[in-house]
Amino acid sequence: MHSVTEHNEIEFSSDLINKFDEIVTRYPQGKQKSALLPVLHLVQAEYGWVSPEVMDKVAAYLQIKPIEVYEVATFYTMFFLRPQGKYVLEVCRTGPCCLVGAEKIMAHIEKTLRVKEGEVTADGKFSWRGVECLAACGMAPVLQIGPEYTFYEHLTEESVDKLIESLKNKI
Amino acid sequence: MPIRLLSPISHLPSEFNMARKLLLENINVPGIHTFDVYRQNGGYRSVEKALKTMSPDAIVEEVKTSGLRGRGGAGFPTGMKWSFLAKPEGRERYLVCNADESEPGTFKDRYLMTHIPHLLIEGMIVASFALGAKTSYIYVRGEMMPQIRILERAIAEAKNAGFLGKNILGSGYDLELYVQPGGGAYICGEETALIESLEGKRGNPRIKPPFPAISGVWACPTVVNNVETIAAVVPIINDSGEEYAKVGIGRSTGTKLISASGNLKNPGVYEIELGVPVEEFIYSDEYCGGIANGKRLKAVVAGGSSVPILPAKLILNTINGQPRLMSYESLSDGGFQSGSMLGSGGFIAFDEDQCIVRNTWNFSRFYHHESCGQCSPCREGTGWMEKVLHRMEYGHGKMSDIDLLVDVSKKIEGNTICPLGDAAAWPVASAIRHFRDEFEWHVTNPKEAMDWNYGLAKYADPLPKLEEAVSQN
Repeated sequence: MHSVTEHNEIEFSSDLINKFDEIVTRYPQGKQKSALLPVLHLVQAEYGWVSPEVMDKVAAYLQIKPIEVYEVATFYTMFFLRPQGKYVLEVCRTGPCCLVGAEKIMAHIEKTLRVKEGEVTADGKFSWRGVECLAACGMAPVLQIGPEYTFYEHLTEESVDKLIESLKNKI
Repeated sequence: MPIRLLSPISHLPSEFNMARKLLLENINVPGIHTFDVYRQNGGYRSVEKALKTMSPDAIVEEVKTSGLRGRGGAGFPTGMKWSFLAKPEGRERYLVCNADESEPGTFKDRYLMTHIPHLLIEGMIVASFALGAKTSYIYVRGEMMPQIRILERAIAEAKNAGFLGKNILGSGYDLELYVQPGGGAYICGEETALIESLEGKRGNPRIKPPFPAISGVWACPTVVNNVETIAAVVPIINDSGEEYAKVGIGRSTGTKLISASGNLKNPGVYEIELGVPVEEFIYSDEYCGGIANGKRLKAVVAGGSSVPILPAKLILNTINGQPRLMSYESLSDGGFQSGSMLGSGGFIAFDEDQCIVRNTWNFSRFYHHESCGQCSPCREGTGWMEKVLHRMEYGHGKMSDIDLLVDVSKKIEGNTICPLGDAAAWPVASAIRHFRDEFEWHVTNPKEAMDWNYGLAKYADPLPKLEEAVSQN
C-alpha cells in the first residue's frame, strides 16, 4: 500500500486495472458507472486516501465526468479526502454503544494517541475518529480498522492498549 | 490480540431455548458457513424444490400465504410486494438484497451473513427465480468488508456446486449473483437511495411513485428485500407458507431475529417466535437475562433508534394494562401516544443510570449526520434539533427549548421525500412525551444535570421478578 501525501503522476497498476475490469462485468453494458463505489474502495486501499488526481483517473477509466466521482467521494463517509494515519481507528459513537462505555473508549484513545479526532500522529502511524452505528451493538463498544475493516469487539481500555501496541510493532 | 468475528450466542446450550428456530437452527454446527457442511445439514433443498417442482407464481403464492412481512423495519407484506413487480416484455427484472444494516441497535443481518451466509444465498436463488431475475445483487454496507469477503467466498462455492450460473440443476434457469459494497451511508438502507447507490450515484432517495416494482435499478422493475426477509423464504418453501403462518401470532407470523443491546445481561441476536411477551424477553434466562449489574430498567427502544422510546411501564404493558408482546400489532398498540413499533427488531434497553436527554442528543446527531440533504425540513430540522439538544445536555437549555423541539419534529414529520425525516422526529418527540420531567430538570438544574443521573422517571417503577409475576397468575 502506498502512503503518499503527494500524487504527481498516478498510474494504476495492471493488477488494479484487472480488478476494475472484473467489477465492470457485473453490470449491463453501458452501466459501468455502477462500478464507482467498488473502484473507490480499491483505490483507497491502494493509496490510503482518495485524492483529486486519483478521482480524475477513476473518472477517465469509467468514462464519466470527474464531478460524478467527486460528488460520490464527498457523499459517502468511508472515503478519506485527506491523508490519514496508516491505521485509522474508527470507533462507533452511536446510542447503544454509548450506553456501555464507547465515549470512555474514545477518550482513552485520544489520551493514548495524543491526537484529536481526525488528526494524524507525528509518526504517521495512527489517526482515529468516531463513526456512526456499525451494526454490532450487542458486542459494544466496537472499533474497526480499514481497508479490510478488521473488527474489534467488547473493547476495554486494556484491549485497546494491546491493540495499539501490536500495531505500533508491526512493520 | 485475537481478532474475533462475532461468535454465535452460545452462553446457553440450545436445549434451553425451546422456541422454534426457522433460521438459526443450525447456527452452532461447526463449519455451517461452508457449502459442504451447510448442504449436509439440509441446505439448498429449497432451491431443488423450487426450480424442479414449482412455478415462479406458485412460489410467490407460498410467500403470500406465509404472511411474511419485511424484516428490515417497514413490515410490509412480502408476498404482496413481490406481486407488484411489473413484468414488461424485453426488460430485465432485478432482485436486490438490502444488507445495508445501519439502523442503530440492529445487528442481526451482520450475524446471519457472518455465520450462515449460505442461508441468504439459498434464499436469493429461490426469490430471484420467483421474480424472474437473471442477475441479482446483495448490497452490503461498505464497513462490513469481512462479510463481503465471506459472501463472495460462499457465492463462489455455490457456483462451483452448480447452484448459480447457467442452467442451475438442469432447470434451464440462469442466475448471476454479485455483492455490491456501499460507502458508509445510513440513508442507503432506504430502498430508492440504495438503488441510486447501486447505480454509482449519491444516495438520494427518489420520490415514490414510481415504485421500484415499476422502475428501479436502471429504470427496470426491481424488488428490494432485507437479508432476513430473503432468508425466511427458505423455510417457507421447505415447509410451506401455511406451516410458516402457524408460527407467531395474528398478523405477525413466523419468527423474527431480535438484536438485543444496551444494559442487558446477555445482549446478542435472538430468534424469537413473534408473540413472546416483552417482559419474558427482557428478564428470562432463555433470552436477555434481565438488566446487567443489578440495575433497574428505565426505558426501551424496541425496534431500532427510529421507533418511539418507551418507559419501562409502557414497554412491559400497554396503556390498558395488557402485557405487551414482541409482535408488530402489540408493540404498535397505543399508536404514538403510548406505543412504539417492532421496526427492525433492534431492542435497546436503558438502565436507571442512563440519561434520556443525552441519548436523544446522540440519536439526533446521528440523523443529522446521515441526512442526505435533499429536503429542507430534514436537512435543517435535524441540525436544529441536534444543536438544541446539545445545549440542553450541556447546561444551556431553556424551558422554551422543550416545546421548540416538539414543534420542529412536527414540522419535519410527513414533509420529506423519504422516512428518514420521520425517523429523526420520532425519537425526539417520544422522549419528550414520556420523559418531559427529565428534560425540565436539565433546564432548571444545569450544573446538577452534568454531574448526576436523573435516575428512574416516575414511569419506570421497578417490576416484580418474573417468578413472582408468574405465581400471581
